[in-house]
Amino acid sequence: MPNMSLKKHEMPSQEPQVRNKNFQEVALGYTAETAVEEAQRCLNCKHKPCIGGCPVKIHIPDFIAKVAAGEFEAAYQIIQQTSSLPAVCGRVCPQETQCEQKCVRGIKGEPVAIGRLERFVADWHNANSCDLPVKADANGHKVAVVGSGPAGLTCAGDLAKRGYEVTVFEALHLAGGVLVYGIPEFRLPKTIVQKEIDNLKALGVKVETNMVIGRVLSIDELLDEYGFEAVFIGSGAGLPRFMNIPGENLKSVYSANEFLTRVNLMKAYKDDARTPVLHAKKVAVVGGGNVAMDAARCAKRLGAEEVYIVYRRSENELPARAEEVEHAKEEGIVFKFLTNPTAILEGENGMVRGISCVEMELGEPDASGRRRPVEKAGSDFTIDCDCVIMAIGTSPNPLIKNTTKGLETQKWGGIIADEHGLTSREGVYAGGDAVTGAATVILAMGAGKTAAEAIDEYIKGKYQK
Amino acid sequence: MYKIIKKRELNPTVTLMEVDAPFVARKAEPGQFIILRVDEAGERIPLTVADFDREKGTVTIIFQIVGGTTERLNHLQEGEYIHDFVGPLGEPSHVEGLKKVAVVGGGVGCAIAYPVAKKLHALGACVHSVVGFRNKDLVILEKEFRSVSDVYKLMSDDGSCGEKGLVTDALKALIEAGNQYDEVIAIGPVVMMKFVSLLTKQYNIKTMVSMNPIMIDGTGMCGCCRLTVAGKTKFACVDGPDFDGHEVDYDEIMKRASTYKDFEKREREKACNLFKKEVK
Ligand SMILES: Cc1cc2nc3c(=O)[nH]c(=O)nc-3n(C[C@H](O)[C@H](O)[C@H](O)COP(=O)(O)OP(=O)(O)OC[C@H]3O[C@@H](n4cnc5c(N)ncnc54)[C@H](O)[C@@H]3O)c2cc1C
Ligand SMILES: Cc1cc2nc3c(=O)[nH]c(=O)nc-3n(C[C@H](O)[C@H](O)[C@H](O)COP(=O)(O)OP(=O)(O)OC[C@H]3O[C@@H](n4cnc5c(N)ncnc54)[C@H](O)[C@@H]3O)c2cc1C
Ligand code: SF4
Ligand code: SF4
Ligand code: FES
Repeated sequence: MPNMSLKKHEMPSQEPQVRNKNFQEVALGYTAETAVEEAQRCLNCKHKPCIGGCPVKIHIPDFIAKVAAGEFEAAYQIIQQTSSLPAVCGRVCPQETQCEQKCVRGIKGEPVAIGRLERFVADWHNANSCDLPVKADANGHKVAVVGSGPAGLTCAGDLAKRGYEVTVFEALHLAGGVLVYGIPEFRLPKTIVQKEIDNLKALGVKVETNMVIGRVLSIDELLDEYGFEAVFIGSGAGLPRFMNIPGENLKSVYSANEFLTRVNLMKAYKDDARTPVLHAKKVAVVGGGNVAMDAARCAKRLGAEEVYIVYRRSENELPARAEEVEHAKEEGIVFKFLTNPTAILEGENGMVRGISCVEMELGEPDASGRRRPVEKAGSDFTIDCDCVIMAIGTSPNPLIKNTTKGLETQKWGGIIADEHGLTSREGVYAGGDAVTGAATVILAMGAGKTAAEAIDEYIKGKYQK
Repeated sequence: MYKIIKKRELNPTVTLMEVDAPFVARKAEPGQFIILRVDEAGERIPLTVADFDREKGTVTIIFQIVGGTTERLNHLQEGEYIHDFVGPLGEPSHVEGLKKVAVVGGGVGCAIAYPVAKKLHALGACVHSVVGFRNKDLVILEKEFRSVSDVYKLMSDDGSCGEKGLVTDALKALIEAGNQYDEVIAIGPVVMMKFVSLLTKQYNIKTMVSMNPIMIDGTGMCGCCRLTVAGKTKFACVDGPDFDGHEVDYDEIMKRASTYKDFEKREREKACNLFKKEVK
């Protein structure tokens, strides 16, 4: 008999006023008991609508049935057939617009907590199973992967499981992409990412850090001189955008990427860190996505008394995950909706003293289907702050495009790839944010998977002829 | 891990290191830089490729000990390892086609200017080098510069070596003496580059400067290294580090460079304490 409670089991979490002063994980995870009880809310629907909402088509009712039966390892094995980063996706997927949005239980009441269950299963497996992944027999073929974000890691893992000799080239000193430099520790502990990378290494994947492809080696050199038969480009969309308003180059103005890189990758939140970050008292974060929420919550944790999210549309249009918005509010972040910055004001010593804004109202829907914000005349006002963080989006870095002949890209920089990830160059595949622009972990992972399949077929096809 | 093959003290605050980094050495060109981390917990700092040996697979860096990281780096010895060393980054200096050039170097900036002068000389250009230091104890790379220069002018603030005065005085004298330069390349402290640019503007001589804002990734990902050139925002790590000296907003750069002053002072003290050195 299913558990007919209309509500999901709550996620045990650190208290808002405690956690907004530390960098430990906010959500603590279900206990085995809670997980079993929550799993019992699943109706095991015949037509499985939830699966349709998951970009990688995890067999959701099947794994949940195993959780309900207390067979956690079996549940893990089911998830693992389609997803390679469940501990990550269970934490960061925007479930409310994906699997959980389609859940039948959500029609009347709350959907089954699919993400939380996925996280539980993955964490249980990591804590209780010490089987290292088994290395596949080598098939004698070499593939290079550029970038170690979720797209690159997934592609590398899937190819290694098929026996390929895979080398991942990463520009930074640490592998993981946005998972290590962007998403903060309190949302995604770095030990989880490290574990995924260790698993890959156990599968035989080589990870070469400090390798900026396009500068140190080119894609053509990888193919022609280093004997790689195919290359997968998963270089993400890391180039920060600015608004081009006055004052944007003042001292205490950060791009979200810079601020988060200092805090996460370089660990500037720790007292003994060697990389500095400003500990501002009043911070304005411009933007409304996950990146903005992360920046705001990091600023709060670094000791800011007041942190504002300045967003030009209304609450309904916020692109961030619902849970992050809720958490941000609980932690005391103040939202200024329908507000658009026009200038950043200079105070003493080239620091920021405030941000000039105008009020907006929503007009007709634009190309994205969201209602376009338009300025209200004469509504200028100033928010006092001593630091501004720009989190208004990123685009793909042009370095690889500029150094790879014949690699076609969109006008905005995205690499053009077909539904299998194949680019305009033979043997060169791409996926994740590098192709789509800033998107999600699960989509990047899915793209890495698809490309791994296509690369496998391509290389096999070449040798079977 | 990147092995230190050779270490040499050029003056009490400037050290040269030759580092085993074959991938960097393969592609490096004058004007480019590397980013290193001294150890596992280290900060990422950029240093210019002062020289390279493609065959040996080594890269030379020359750095001034100014703070915590350079202090720690200077503490490493021959045979020890630098944790991370990535490059070559940035755009190479464009020196092809230049016939007569004045290369102006200030202090440790000479380490950055030298490979450019060397390449110009190798390409057959006439090179006039104007270098300045605070005093005679700080002079670096004199022999190296002389060997690639048609004219070598050494200036010092106190007159303890070369001529007393600023590099701008010497440059002005050379220009006034009728030397027609295709380009002036100025590398040194920001104020020096600013005043060289102001001077050359009067004579309408194209001037390139090498910008060294604070950086993290060096690949265009963080925007920390941004500066204003001809009214537009540029990222020094990918668009530069060389820019048209007449277009750069120097005052903004100077302000931005001071962002972490207090932190840097503490870090320097920590590093000095670690090595039981007197904090200067
Ligand atoms: C702060 C932040 C929070 C986010 N929160 C969420 C969330 O909650 N949920 C969610 O689903 N998504 C979230 N996202 C989006 C998600 O992280 C990305 O969509 C995803 O990481 C894209 O994966 P990727 O593999 O395509 O690229 P990335 O993760 O960006 O990885 C690309 C890697 O390639 C490397 N690289 C780049 N150029 C080169 C080169 N030339 N040579 C070698 N290496 C190179 C980069 O250094 C990087 O390590 C967030 C993003 C950010 C920035
Ligand atoms: C492209 C480029 C090339 C450079 N080449 C050389 C070189 O060949 N030789 C040399 O001696 N110096 C060079 N520098 C400067 C060198 O990077 C700094 O001296 C060094 O980072 C100081 O670090 P620190 O911890 O020892 O000192 P800190 O006490 O941290 O800083 C002292 C000063 O150095 C600058 N600085 C600090 N951190 C950074 C950083 N992460 N990136 C850039 N600048 C920083 C700041 O202006 C600061 O005020 C270069 C800088 C750039 C951007
Ligand atoms: S991967 Fe994401 S979308 Fe798919 S089931 Fe898990 S949480 Fe839902
Ligand atoms: S839609 Fe909901 S209730 Fe139905 S099978 Fe999927 S998770 Fe279970
Ligand atoms: S150093 Fe990060 S963009 Fe230049």
